[in-house]
Amino acid sequence: MHNLLTPNPKEAESIHILREVAAQFERPVLLFSGGKDSITLVRLAQKAFFPAKIPFPLLHVDTGHNFPETIAFRDKLVAELGLELIVRNVQDSIDQGKVREERGRYSSRNSLQTTTLLDTIEEFKFDACIGGARRDEEKARAKERVFSVRDDFGQWDEKNQRPELFDMLNGKIHIGQNVRVFPISNWTELDVWEYIRTENIEIPSIYFAHLREVFVRDGMIWTANEHVFREAHEEVTERMVRFRTVGDMTCTAAVLSEAVSLDEVVGEIRDSTISERGARIDDKRSEAAMETRKKVGYF
Amino acid sequence: MNNPNRKLIKIATAGSVDDGKSTLIGRLLYDTNSLTTDKIEAIEKSSKQRGYDYLDFSLATDGLVAEREQGITIDVAHIYFNTDKTNFIVADTPGHVEYTRNMVTGASTSQVAIILIDARKGVIEQTYRHFFIANLLRISHVVVAINKMDLVGYEEEVFLKIKGDFNELVAKSDFHEDQLTFIPVSALKGENIARKSEEMPWYIGNTLLQHLEVLEPADLIESAVARFPIQYVTRPKTEAFHDFRGFSGKLYGNSLKVGDQVTVLPSGNETTIKSIHFFDQEYLEAAAGSSITITLADEVDLSRGDMLVKSGTAPRSEKLLSATVCQVNSKALKVGDKYILQHGVNRVLARVDQIESRVHTDFSGAEVVEQLKLNDIGKVHFRLSKAIHADSYKSNKSNGSFILIDEGSFDTVGVGFIE
Repeated sequence: MHNLLTPNPKEAESIHILREVAAQFERPVLLFSGGKDSITLVRLAQKAFFPAKIPFPLLHVDTGHNFPETIAFRDKLVAELGLELIVRNVQDSIDQGKVREERGRYSSRNSLQTTTLLDTIEEFKFDACIGGARRDEEKARAKERVFSVRDDFGQWDEKNQRPELFDMLNGKIHIGQNVRVFPISNWTELDVWEYIRTENIEIPSIYFAHLREVFVRDGMIWTANEHVFREAHEEVTERMVRFRTVGDMTCTAAVLSEAVSLDEVVGEIRDSTISERGARIDDKRSEAAMETRKKVGYF
Repeated sequence: MNNPNRKLIKIATAGSVDDGKSTLIGRLLYDTNSLTTDKIEAIEKSSKQRGYDYLDFSLATDGLVAEREQGITIDVAHIYFNTDKTNFIVADTPGHVEYTRNMVTGASTSQVAIILIDARKGVIEQTYRHFFIANLLRISHVVVAINKMDLVGYEEEVFLKIKGDFNELVAKSDFHEDQLTFIPVSALKGENIARKSEEMPWYIGNTLLQHLEVLEPADLIESAVARFPIQYVTRPKTEAFHDFRGFSGKLYGNSLKVGDQVTVLPSGNETTIKSIHFFDQEYLEAAAGSSITITLADEVDLSRGDMLVKSGTAPRSEKLLSATVCQVNSKALKVGDKYILQHGVNRVLARVDQIESRVHTDFSGAEVVEQLKLNDIGKVHFRLSKAIHADSYKSNKSNGSFILIDEGSFDTVGVGFIE
């Protein structure tokens, strides 16, 4: 028994949002990538509903190019917490001819996820998809709402967003519409890392420094393996690296690091001068990259 | 993380189109080392492409393609930065006359407002409107940043003239002198933002950043009566917690303790707080702002939208409601219109009985109107399908405000501040 509970305002806000999702929607789902943000969401959802179980399933849209460490971590977490996990594969969307694999030097399955995600929303009739996006990640995300209404095609209309006043959340939607929910909208990358450290939350091993076969292109460190396109002259070396974000192998760059503990990682983040999305190759394609992808239903 | 190391300050910004608001925010980010190398590189690249011979920090915040093309901010953007002591969230809201709704939206979640004035132009109609909204929303503290001082020769007279003009507005408001601070700045040159200006030795106060850092959230959060709206009923139905029936929600206004005698609204039944839970821990007391789960000593009927209050402190329960409404949607509000009224997490139906007046946001009074259009603010009387348990906005912000949802589109079309 403790005396006084003094809230962490960002945590209290996120819990409030998750409870609004459970109360306002019939079929919510938590989009789980195995990255630190969605792992943080799982912890917040535990806190929101304890001692009851998290009242919605997890959905992982698997590109087939995920780091094996992430998949192993996902399965362990789901088993430990007794959660329901739904996995849908981008490979199936490719096999069904719905999307075409990209070719060439920067080929990635990252943008192909959108089709698989929209099909899965349709399949399960999900009306709310909870995601771990944060407004500090990227300029276009800074204007994203906590409850972001998407039309039948999953599209985001940035000029026609519902204003969000105080902490009142309006999740009223029409049949066919769904809402993307971002409970940690107001967290920064440092907030997430500090929270993971304070709460002692387990995260996949690739967030810590490890030896990995990599090659350098455009000043970024890429994983060298069969999923990542590499020119013959691009030389593979073994380096001590860690990842700041955990996405598809084809679009997630590593950083050189010696940080093997959470304290060291948090220290590096605090001192770092390269923003998190700077390590996301897909955003570098053009200045308006993220906004363009969001308009067509990307998470 | 129940005792976060850094305090959290939420700020709304308001300024007219060319007052340099985005530049000010970009400068704050730059001076607090919050702009990362790749963002600075992106700004350098964009500035160069446009042929500027300086770094255009406004590019750090103007998010959407359409806005970049027009060169103006058209929606609320959220920006984050921190110093060693403080976490800041900035709701960057545009100052254009058409965008009252955005400033109301940004201000609704902020404790502090920065109102920007172009030193060359002084107090203009837009300034009136921005301050009117800060006053309407009862923002705890206003910083008046008099910008572009470099373009008026850093003259003290200019600063004093603007301060005097602004204080005439303050006299018409509910603000006290100690809720306002005037700072002369140049966002472009970084004068009095993070660095004390050598150009303005006559100014002896804090820089903008120093000032924002000495604000204490505890002084900025209103102390009111405890209100606990039930958001969700937690029933685990597991063996370990077979009989557990918890009421989950966010606590507003003040703290609640185990053993407090409480009244259940709307039934009026009384009981006591048996336990307060946060995740797998129990607490004797929870401070305002906590998202908690409460169990009660007696079996009482409580569901989402109901409310727990300390006995003897119940708010008004009423089906007739008078409120100041800001219309935030292009569909106008008219007498006879029906809306879904969301008060906290509770929803009832509301009918517009009367539009008393539209108030002029330049403090020049009010006029009788037939309807409230987008960005209009007016006094409206509603009749509700079911009583809500509300305080006046003056006495309790969270329990004194509501949103109006259109029954057809389900859009949020208005926000109300209860009289």
